[in-house]
Amino acid sequence: MKVAITSVGNSLKSKLDLRFGRSVWLCIYDTETKQAEFRQNENKDANGGAGTKTAEKVAELGAEQVVSGDFGPKAKALLEKLKIQMVIFDEPNQTVGGIIEKMGSTKKQQTT
Amino acid sequence: MRIAVASGKGGTGKTTVAVSLFHFLEIFQDKKVQLVDCDVEEPNDALFLTPLQVLDKEEVCQFIPGIDLSTCTFCKKCVEWCEFNAITVVASRKFAEVDSNLCHSCGACSEACPTHSIVEEPGVLGTITHYKTENGSAFTQGLLEVGSAMQTMLVKKLKSRVRQNSEITIFDSPPGTSCSVVETVSDTDYVILVSEPTPFGLHDLKITVELLQELEKPFGVVVNKANLGFRDIYSYLDEKKIELLGEIPFSREFARVYSSGELLKNIPEEFEQIYQGIIEKVLAHETVN
Repeated sequence: MKVAITSVGNSLKSKLDLRFGRSVWLCIYDTETKQAEFRQNENKDANGGAGTKTAEKVAELGAEQVVSGDFGPKAKALLEKLKIQMVIFDEPNQTVGGIIEKMGSTKKQQTT
Repeated sequence: MRIAVASGKGGTGKTTVAVSLFHFLEIFQDKKVQLVDCDVEEPNDALFLTPLQVLDKEEVCQFIPGIDLSTCTFCKKCVEWCEFNAITVVASRKFAEVDSNLCHSCGACSEACPTHSIVEEPGVLGTITHYKTENGSAFTQGLLEVGSAMQTMLVKKLKSRVRQNSEITIFDSPPGTSCSVVETVSDTDYVILVSEPTPFGLHDLKITVELLQELEKPFGVVVNKANLGFRDIYSYLDEKKIELLGEIPFSREFARVYSSGELLKNIPEEFEQIYQGIIEKVLAHETVN
């Protein structure tokens, strides 16, 4: 499964971007291959509709889950329709790598 | 003559000036006058004009595009054309949808679509009501549908429905300096800016002055709640050579009367003279044009 994580930079050491639609980068993490790739979010400076455009991008990148600080009402409604699960992570100092690690540990907990 | 009453800052007294001006023009001028409340998000001129007779009420619509998924090829042409990011198309999910909250009903998506898959459906924008005042003058008001963000479109429709049978038309503008204000003042001959002698009042006045200069609109300033606050506004007007149309003094009693809706029923005598002065100065611009 692919997970999108909003990020302020393009490395695993970058912090989580608390904004969804105006997030600077998107980390696409594949839970099977354990590969992470970073995509720039060209919608971050949109006058309007940044949230819905970013939701569209996340869907086109094939993510089934998205982690961010929060989601605006329009983005939320659209992500629900696209059946992309939203995960709110309200810790500003968390790194993208740290979130990926946590996801791994929850998975282990769930399987054991 | 088409006169807009605008302010920049909210709460400076646009409604007070627009309604009073309308009232005094009705009484003193031998000209047919009408008032149009373009503050469609919360029109309140009507509160002070009682008793009003409703002539007709019209529901106005905007076209909201929808996408016919049976013919849509998910080519994203509409997405590329949409200036407002209102359309989402995800080909891999066979998903295509228009967010009506973001759509400005410009029609570009219909033009762009190669398979004619855009279907347009009416969505309620608001209501436009035509009234007759006690003195027989026309008063028109637009009221935006709750939840709609298409103020400008409603102002445009409201202005297109104004009956062109009066010599003077006053447009009460929304506050601020955004699109709906531009739309309100766009085709007027003169703009009355209502300000107040406070730092906020001056700050927003400056922004509005810049807007009107860019639009090349002639304008003058009414200082409301004069003798409150500070004097900086006057030095600004001097420096920019902006005409001071009049000063309306702050009066606690007037504020009380206003809040009970009796603005026109208890006008202090000195106000009558002030508005006479404002009217003279404004109407002088009619011949200039």
